[in-house]
Amino acid sequence: MTAAVVRRLLQAVMVMLAMTVIVFIAINVIGDPVDILISPDADQIERARVVQALGLDLPLWQQYLRFLWAALHGDLGESYVYNEPAIRVILERLPATLELAVAAILIAIVVGVPLGLYAGLRPDGILTRVIMTVSILGFSLPTFWVGLVLIMFFGVQLGWLPSGGRGQTAELFGVQWAFLTKDGLAHLILPAVNLALFDACLILRLTRAGVAEVLPLDFVKFARAKGLKETRVIGVHVSKNIMIPVVTIIGLEFGSIVAFSVVTESVFSWPGMGKLIIDSINVLDRPIITAYLMATVAFFVIINLVVDLTYTALDPRVRLQGEGP
Amino acid sequence: MNATVLEVRDLRTHFGQAKAVDGVSFSVARGEVLGLVGESGSGKSVTGFSIIGLVDPPGTIVGGQIVFDGRDITRSSREEMRALRGRRMAMIFQDPMMTLNPVLRIDTQMIEAVQAHENVSRTDARARARDALGMVGIPSPDERLQAYPHQFSGGMRQRVVIAIALLHQPDFIIADEPTTALDVTIQAQILAEMQKLVAQNNTSLIWITHDLAVVSRLADRIAVMYAGRIVESGPVSDVLARPLHPYTAGLIDSVPSRNQRGERLRQIPGMAPSVARLPTGCAFAPRCPRADAVCAQAVPLFAAGPREHRCVHPLPELRV
Ligand SMILES: Nc1ncnc2c1ncn2[C@@H]1O[C@H](COP(=O)(O)OP(=O)(O)OP(=O)(O)O)[C@@H](O)[C@H]1O
Ligand SMILES: [Mg+2]
Repeated sequence: MTAAVVRRLLQAVMVMLAMTVIVFIAINVIGDPVDILISPDADQIERARVVQALGLDLPLWQQYLRFLWAALHGDLGESYVYNEPAIRVILERLPATLELAVAAILIAIVVGVPLGLYAGLRPDGILTRVIMTVSILGFSLPTFWVGLVLIMFFGVQLGWLPSGGRGQTAELFGVQWAFLTKDGLAHLILPAVNLALFDACLILRLTRAGVAEVLPLDFVKFARAKGLKETRVIGVHVSKNIMIPVVTIIGLEFGSIVAFSVVTESVFSWPGMGKLIIDSINVLDRPIITAYLMATVAFFVIINLVVDLTYTALDPRVRLQGEGP
Repeated sequence: MNATVLEVRDLRTHFGQAKAVDGVSFSVARGEVLGLVGESGSGKSVTGFSIIGLVDPPGTIVGGQIVFDGRDITRSSREEMRALRGRRMAMIFQDPMMTLNPVLRIDTQMIEAVQAHENVSRTDARARARDALGMVGIPSPDERLQAYPHQFSGGMRQRVVIAIALLHQPDFIIADEPTTALDVTIQAQILAEMQKLVAQNNTSLIWITHDLAVVSRLADRIAVMYAGRIVESGPVSDVLARPLHPYTAGLIDSVPSRNQRGERLRQIPGMAPSVARLPTGCAFAPRCPRADAVCAQAVPLFAAGPREHRCVHPLPELRV
């Protein structure tokens, strides 16, 4: 077990390293930040000074090594815009994105799993047909459009919920969280629902497919033949078997949610990483973009690791690679 | 061998048009072993599932009675049936690889089976589970309780399943080809074990199989099914020695060991009919060498002593 985890961690480091190269090159291709940072009427000398200060006059490989060396020391450069370490700017925004993503995943699970179970257990029901039709809509409607509709309906027409910003926050573990205050929670609902829609539908369909697959299996029949109550047959015997694909998707989608929050955060002016990255791309704030990408990659790698470990907990037949026979 | 434990009367279980079971009647006495044989698709499993109330949709029991414990359980509620299943009646399936839940430990699957019917503590239920495992010949049962199904061989898994079936000492067990998926030596061990255990507890056993050799070793009585009906039944030695129904005779003739070396295996010509389109008369007539116009009419049940059959042209009593 430990050996397997160490192996996974080493793999993760390799992935991160490969990503630094890709990110660094990509960032250098997308444009010259100097044009944006310096006012058009600055003279040549001023321009050269800025270029030198940012280290942009060095050959690319040297710039990369400098970047890598600094990155190893937790320094991803200083934001051109905020004049603060990029990593700190990112980390300041992280809690907002994190609480949005977690709220969205929770909503997706709480909605998707029970509805999927229902649809799987009553494949011919009328309600099932309604659920499945709605879930196709949830799949195909663009996130930003649904976001705008939510704002128009619940924010503007009904006036029930605030439609932008993060509202009041309160401190926990030295970090500001919106979900701790009533006002913050109200601000969280619409963007979280918006972000959850796609994944709720995904989890729903996955759960339904899982139920349809597991229900006819002999061990379900045998569980019934033992005289178990239907709640236990479904709640333990069926559920535990369909949880494996569902957990995988939840893990992987958590990453996508963080990525997709770019759209939702922009629509709802939610001050998280997603909104930050859009703003930063607009002004070519390289260190922020780099830090964001690195943070996202790290995030994905960690999630994958957690999903793998959860697998072993859920399915005794799966043993981590490298653990031996 | 005396009191009747289970009596099935004119059971009809249909899947829409498909009359999987269409007028099956038999009874099982306490401690008796009944072998239920027949070709694939003849309705043996559906008969078993009908009895324990677990017919897969769209199948439904459309007629007949299943009398157990003095009442017709086809009319029992879901909850009444649940309370009977596992406690008074048990069923064992064909493939031990599929019968146990792959993601739950053996102890979980046994303890829940105890607690489904008795209000006992986990510790007591666990002790019961351990004893049951020991009884079916699983070494170091305490350790094995912690294991997952995939850590057992096929034969050991089937023993676990048998142990679960025996947990509440049911009145009868339906065993649906429980040894077909196992290799021959294991098969023989499990048969012997099973025989011993049901004899000890005076449990009745309905053993579903294709294998006449198994039936001849294990069963007291045999019932031969064809296309959703029992075409012949009686004491196993009598029926195997002197079959009355041509279908039974065909089954016996196609057992490999009865054929001479080098001779081609004898088979019943033709194919089993589709249960969706059954004739009014004898369903075996199209394949039967003895059939004539009379066979197209509905066949009554002929009974003589312990032997019953549904054939208007039974084979002569003495066959060489
Ligand atoms: N779930 C189902 N849906 C539709 N028809 C079914 C279903 N289960 C059984 N049947 C019908 O019932 C018939 C009898 O099936 P059954 O499983 O009882 O046969 P069997 O005698 O147990 O055969 P085998 O020896 O292959 O197990 C089948 O031919 C099929 O037409
Ligand atoms: Mg069968």
